[in-house]
Order: sequence, then structure tokens, then C-alpha cells
Amino acid sequence: MEKFTTLSGIAAPMPLVNIDTDMIIPKQFLKTIKRSGLGANLFDEMRFTQDGAEIPEFVLNQPAYREAQILVAGDNFGCGSSREHAPWAIADFGIRCVISTSFADIFYNNCFKNGILPIVLPEDQRDILMKDAEKGANARIEVDLEAQTVTSSDGETFTFDVDPFKKHCLLNGLDDIGLTMEKAAAIDTFEAEASAARPWV
Amino acid sequence: MSPKTLYDKIWDAHVAHEAEDGTCLLYIDRHLVHEVTSPQAFEGLRMAGRSVRAPDKTIAVPDHNVPTTLDRADASTMTEDSRVQVAALDKNAKDFGIHYYPVSDVRQGIVHIVGPEQGWTLPGMTVVCGDSHTATHGAFGALAHGIGTSEVEHVLATQTLIQKKSKNMKVEITGKLKPGVTAKDITLSVIGATGTAGGTGYVIEYCGEAIRDLSMEGRMTVCNMAIEGGARAGLIAPDEKTFEYCKGRPHAPKGAEWEAAVAYWKTLFTDEGAHFDKVVTIKGEDIAPVVTWGTSPEDVLPITAAVPAADDFEGGKVGAAQRSLDYMDLKPGTPLSDIAIDTVFIGSCTNGRIEDLRAAANILKGKKIAVKRAMVVPGSGLVRAQAEEEGLADIFKEAGFEWRLAGCSMCLAMNPDQLQPGERCAATSNRNFEGRQGRGGRTHLMSPQMAAAAAITGKLTDVREMM
Ligand code: SF4
Repeated sequence: MEKFTTLSGIAAPMPLVNIDTDMIIPKQFLKTIKRSGLGANLFDEMRFTQDGAEIPEFVLNQPAYREAQILVAGDNFGCGSSREHAPWAIADFGIRCVISTSFADIFYNNCFKNGILPIVLPEDQRDILMKDAEKGANARIEVDLEAQTVTSSDGETFTFDVDPFKKHCLLNGLDDIGLTMEKAAAIDTFEAEASAARPWV
Repeated sequence: MSPKTLYDKIWDAHVAHEAEDGTCLLYIDRHLVHEVTSPQAFEGLRMAGRSVRAPDKTIAVPDHNVPTTLDRADASTMTEDSRVQVAALDKNAKDFGIHYYPVSDVRQGIVHIVGPEQGWTLPGMTVVCGDSHTATHGAFGALAHGIGTSEVEHVLATQTLIQKKSKNMKVEITGKLKPGVTAKDITLSVIGATGTAGGTGYVIEYCGEAIRDLSMEGRMTVCNMAIEGGARAGLIAPDEKTFEYCKGRPHAPKGAEWEAAVAYWKTLFTDEGAHFDKVVTIKGEDIAPVVTWGTSPEDVLPITAAVPAADDFEGGKVGAAQRSLDYMDLKPGTPLSDIAIDTVFIGSCTNGRIEDLRAAANILKGKKIAVKRAMVVPGSGLVRAQAEEEGLADIFKEAGFEWRLAGCSMCLAMNPDQLQPGERCAATSNRNFEGRQGRGGRTHLMSPQMAAAAAITGKLTDVREMM
């Protein structure tokens, strides 16, 4: 998993509340055999017409936001199904951080497994960042996971909470597999002993 | 040392690391892989630049998606999605160097039939697969359970699984079974008695005289459906029958290693006085040939019973029963043996083994089907070949059954073998959920003998009347 330490990037404003996993990645894209490539269909039904043309009004289609790495979103982001395709699509598009007042639980956890930092802020602070994001490409928002701060383009800094263990994993790029691999020595030892005791396995 | 259950013993022998909160890294001896739940896992390995830690312990076979028609060598008989998934497995198996049985290989079949058949599954092992019916392998006294795609990737990369230990549950089937009663009737009856959540949080050990009397095939049928009872896994202690089954299989140990293995396997039993958190006892002679009437595997009744009414149940089950009755289009009070059947499906990882085909053929011999469609889908290419050699295939064909190639087929609606809306099927598979065998399809679960009897009369039938 990719590490997350600091990020300075363009933020796209999505003030809509209850953005669900069906909006993030509609179900016709779930038959894929890949987890990469889903970024092309991120927010598909909001982003494209039926015949695949871009809808110019949609935020990520606007020139200022095509390279956005942060989303500033309305309440309860990521509700709906448990599909991991939603964070896969977000990460594949290049977004590494989502800021909102609240997230759906499973989505929130899935973000950490996929190198995305979800940040929960009180409404007034989120609204300040939303305004900031609306300024377009001139406004870069800075995120520092180690310090647990978000800084607006005007230099206003807010702190956020994050579970220490999740923080540790994200800072070091450790997914479940990465964490288990930290215990490789224990697995090696077990494997050697087991194959001596049960060579037929 | 305090007495241990069989589950305790296998668990203890596989803990590679234990954290303070009791979370363990369980070492995995065999990882079985199929085409549907693995592509993103391999993709994940590639993206992270990781390899398969133990390719020698990893075995792949396509089964869920593959057509079972005789013309399947022609890839155009597959839907686009299926073709892509099967091609991905071909490539992943090759790129990561794991054991592989492609569609064209006679040893191809349902992953849970191929594993034991090839000697990959042995007593005392930990076995996982991205499929809930991995419980099947518990018949060998192996700790076997299904996992999700992210766990598939975790096992591929680390050969371990992050687990917390389950509780111990004992299901004892005492005494002898009556004629016409099979392993399928045992496993369905247990679920009928304990409910689909009765095993939640537990690993079940099946024991008792009726279990001991079962063949390995029958034991696999029993363990296969442990998951339908909510359990993480089902287990049966290995014995001489188990060793006999394993002996000489391609991947079973040989020579001195075989002797050492058997000596170890003989230690795999529950110690006298070991603690079980839950115990269920059923008398073997009380078990009748059963069928399911509803859309949950716990909706089980003896074939001699009648369709229940929703208010025969209590609490939340009233609404569920009504929904089942509506979906199944059944009227309360109708004798089960009056229910007409359109289709018969014999196969799946529950009942697609040679013994199942023998049992069904035995009933069908010299008879003709009275249903619109009947198919036999052997669980593997080798089961198919053996059935042909024994003349079973001819019996099926003469009766009017389609004689298919191996795969999951009509067990789930993921390939072209599907029920039409409203079509009613007597099936030897394991799930009767709404839409499981095709949108709007109606499934009655039963044993291969009972399915054969239904094929002959065109309705649900007490097979004992034909014996
Ligand atoms: S036969 Fe059915 S239950 Fe068994 S693995 Fe295939 S789809 Fe799953």
C-alpha cells in the first residue's frame, strides 16, 4: 500500500450529502477482474452522459479540478454497500484524501486499507475548506498526517483525530498484508518447524 | 495437559503468531483458488510487487463459470465475463507458478471435489479457499473454511490468515440410519434442528456412530453444509476410512512419509473430557429422507410432511416463512409429495461425487424421467470418467438425463445453466436462496436418491417407496 505522510493538492468541492457507493462506482463496473482502472468510472453517472460524453458541470470535469487529489464533501460520505470498489476507484483516480463531517463506517475503514486518508472535521471547519476548494486550482490544501493537521490556502490550520494504529499503518504504507509481513520472522520459524514435523504437507 | 478437542489440536498446531488481544496468524497448508474470487487478489499482488509465498501449497481450478456443455472447448460458448475471468486465472496461475487444472484437463472440476481427489486435502491441515463451501474438506479432519478476496490476497502473500479462535460445538448423530436416509438428510436435518445461525461463532465437530458409518463421500456432504448452519467450519475426526481414501492419491505422502503421516493423523481426535461450548445430539433412526420447502436451508421437512403455514412459526420467522411460501408458490397443507417438479439437477460440491451418482443411478436404472429437464453434472472430470466406466452414464442417458462436463453448473446462476422464472427444481446442491439457481427459480434441496425419484415421478417423492 502507498504511504500517506503529507499531501499538498487541489481540492474538489462536492457539497452533496450522502454520496453513496453506487454514485462513487455504479454496479455495472463490479464485474471487472481488476481493482485498478476503476478511476475512469469514478462517479460515472454524475460525470458522463449515457453515451459517455463528459458532463461539463460536474466538478471533476472542470479544468481546475481534473488533477484534484482531495475531495471536500457533504455529510455521510461513502454510505451504501461494503464494496471495496469504491475506495479502489477513488484511489485510482488519484484522490488520496476525503474531508467531510462524517463517513459511512465500512467505507471509512476501507479507505485506510487502500491508502486514502478520510478526515472528519466539524461542520464550520469543513465549510471553510469547502469555500477554499471552490476557489479552484489556485487554492491548495495541505494535509499533514503526522501532525494531524489540515491547512487551508489562507494558512488557517485545523487539527483532526485519527486512530493511532490506523495512522501508523497509513504513515508506513502498511496494509494487513504489510503488517503481517512485519511478522515474517515468526512465519519463517513456524514454517521451518512445521515442515520438519510434518514434511508431507 | 488439559484435554483438547480436535479443533483445538489443529488450531494449536498452526498458530504462527499470537498478539496480546488473541488475534492469531494461522498458517495455511493448502490454499485452493478459483476464477471468481481471485482476480483482484492477484492484481493486488502485482500492484504491490509481491509474489505468492508458497506456490507449492496453492492450487487453482476454474469451476464456477465454466460451461458444462460438451462443446465448451470452444471458448465462444462462454459469456464475455466468464471468458475474461477464466483467462485471468490461466494467466495468474502461470505467472505466479501455482498448481493448475485448466478447463481442458480431465482432472478439472469443482474445487472442493478436486482438492480431496488429488490428495491435496489431508487430515490435520488448514485449508482455505475464496468460497464458503470450503467446509467440505473438514471431512478429513482438516480445518477448512471460506475466505473473502482481501483474505485470498493475504494468504497468497503471507501463507497465513488473521484469525480469532472460534468456539467448539459438537453435533453427535447416534445409532444407525434407516434405509433410504443419507448424509444429505443428516446435514439438512441438523440445519433444520439448529437453524442457519445455530453454528455461528463455532467450529462444529460431527461425531457419533452414524457419522463414523458414512463413507468419505458422505462425510464430505455433511461437512459441506456446515456453513449453511452458520458454522465457520465442520470437522470429522480422521479414521481408517480417511487414511484408506487418501492412500495413493497423487499428492498424498508415500513410503516412510506416509507412515509418519498416519502416525500423526491417529493423534487427531477429541480427548476424553474435552470441553464443548455447545452440544447437539440427534438420533440417527429419527432422521427421515428430507426436502426443503422454502428459501432457507433450515426450511427442512421429512418428505412425508406437508407444506407448513407461516403462523406455524414464531417471531421474525413468520414473515420470512410467508415470503418463502409466496416465492415458492406453495399452499400450506399441501403434502410435499404432491409438489410437481420441472427440472432435476444432480451435481455440486455437496453431491457431485461418484457415490452420489451411483446412488442416483441405482434408482434410475431402467426408468424414464417424467420432468421437462434433468441433468447430471459430475463434480470432476475424473468422477465423470469413472461413472462412464461403471456404466452409470448410460443409465442416466437412457433415463433421459443430460450427461454434462464437470463444474458448478446449476448450483449457482453464474454460468449458462440456469432456471427460468417460476421453474421448480429438485436439486442436490446446498442453497435454496431466492434466485440462487436463476432469477425466479424455485429450488428444493434433497439427496441424490430423492432427486432421482423426483425425476421419475415428476414430483417430490419418498424414495423409500422405490427401494
Ligand atoms: S458447486 Fe455450488 S456451492 Fe459448490 S463451489 Fe460450486 S457454486 Fe459453490
